Amino acid sequence: MGETQFQGQTLSWNLKDGVVELALHREPLNQISSLTLEELEKFVAALDGLNREAHALILHSRLKAGFCAGADLRELYQWIQQYGQVEVGKHAREYLERIHSVMNALDACPLITIAAVHGVTFGGGFELALTTDLIIADKMARFCFPELRLGLIPGYGGIPRLKRDLGNAAVRDLLLTGRSWNTTKAQQIGLVSQVVSEGEALRAARATATQMGKFDRTTAATAKRFVKPIPHEDLRREIDIFCDLLLRPAVQAGLKKFVESTGAQPYLP
Amino acid sequence: METAEKTLDEILTLAADHFKVPREKLSPDGDFFKALGIDSLQTLDLLTKLENHFRVELPDYELQGVTDFRTLAAKIQARL
Repeated sequence: MGETQFQGQTLSWNLKDGVVELALHREPLNQISSLTLEELEKFVAALDGLNREAHALILHSRLKAGFCAGADLRELYQWIQQYGQVEVGKHAREYLERIHSVMNALDACPLITIAAVHGVTFGGGFELALTTDLIIADKMARFCFPELRLGLIPGYGGIPRLKRDLGNAAVRDLLLTGRSWNTTKAQQIGLVSQVVSEGEALRAARATATQMGKFDRTTAATAKRFVKPIPHEDLRREIDIFCDLLLRPAVQAGLKKFVESTGAQPYLP
Repeated sequence: METAEKTLDEILTLAADHFKVPREKLSPDGDFFKALGIDSLQTLDLLTKLENHFRVELPDYELQGVTDFRTLAAKIQARL
C-alpha cells in the first residue's frame, strides 16, 4: 500500500473515506518549482497504492491567493542564466519530460479526479487542473495561459488537453490573446463543471466525490479511459515546440522583464 | 441601460467594499492602485468582481495602462 498521507514543503496529501486530497501550499501562489515536481513525483509513486484504497482524488490549494500561478519563472530564469544555450535546451527537455510524466499519470489515474480551484489558475496551474476529470471553481477563479507574453507556449500539456476538452476556437482565444477567463465564461464554454460561491469549491468537490463513490469503480474507470484519451502525439510535439522557443533571446528578455518588474501589473501583457 | 455616471458610482462602491477602503477616499480620476493599495493579482480580483457585477467580459489587455476609475468605467460601459 502506498503512503496514505504525506506532508511536504510544497504539497501534502491525505486519504480519508475513499477520497485522496492533494493540497498545494507553496507560498506565494504554488508556483511549480523543481521541488514541487519532486513532491508530485512522490505522489505519483504513491498512486498505485492509493488507487486500491480510494475512488476519487481532489486537487486544491490551501493558499488564499489562488490555485496555482504556474511555473516558477524566477527559477526558470536562474536556470537560463546558469546554463549555456545548449545545456538549457537539454535540461529543459529532461525537466519537461518529468513534468509530462506526472501530468500524464494524473490524467490517466483510474480515480475520478476533481480540481477544486479558486483565484489565479494560470499557466502550469491551469495545466494541472486540466489533467482532472472535472473542474469545480469558485466565483473568483480565473483561468489563463500567459505564456505568449514571455515568448513561449504552455509546456506542461495544456494545449493538447484543452484541445481535447474544448473547441479549437476557445483554445486560440486563450492562447493567442493571453487573456484570462472568469468562471462564468469558463462554465459557458464547458471548461468548468460547477461554479460555487467564494471559498466553497473544496466543499462542493467533496460532495461530488462522495456522490461518485456510489458507483462501481471498474465501470467508472473504464468509462473514463473511453471518454478521456491521452493525446500522446500532441503532448510530445508540445515539448519539441517549447524547447525550440525557449532558446530564443526574446524569451530570456521576457523572463528578465518579469523577474525584475516592480510594477503593479506584471501579469498583464 | 446604465449611464456612465451610474457605472462609475457602482465601481467605486464595489472597489471600496471589496478592498475595505472608505468610499470617500476613492476619486474617479485618481490612481486606483495607490488608492486601493493593490497589486496585479488583486487587480484580477477587482476585474472578476466587476465582470460578475456588470455581467460583462472585459479582456485583461483592455486594462493595460488604465489606472483611474473613470477610464475603467468607460471600458465597462462599452460592453454593456
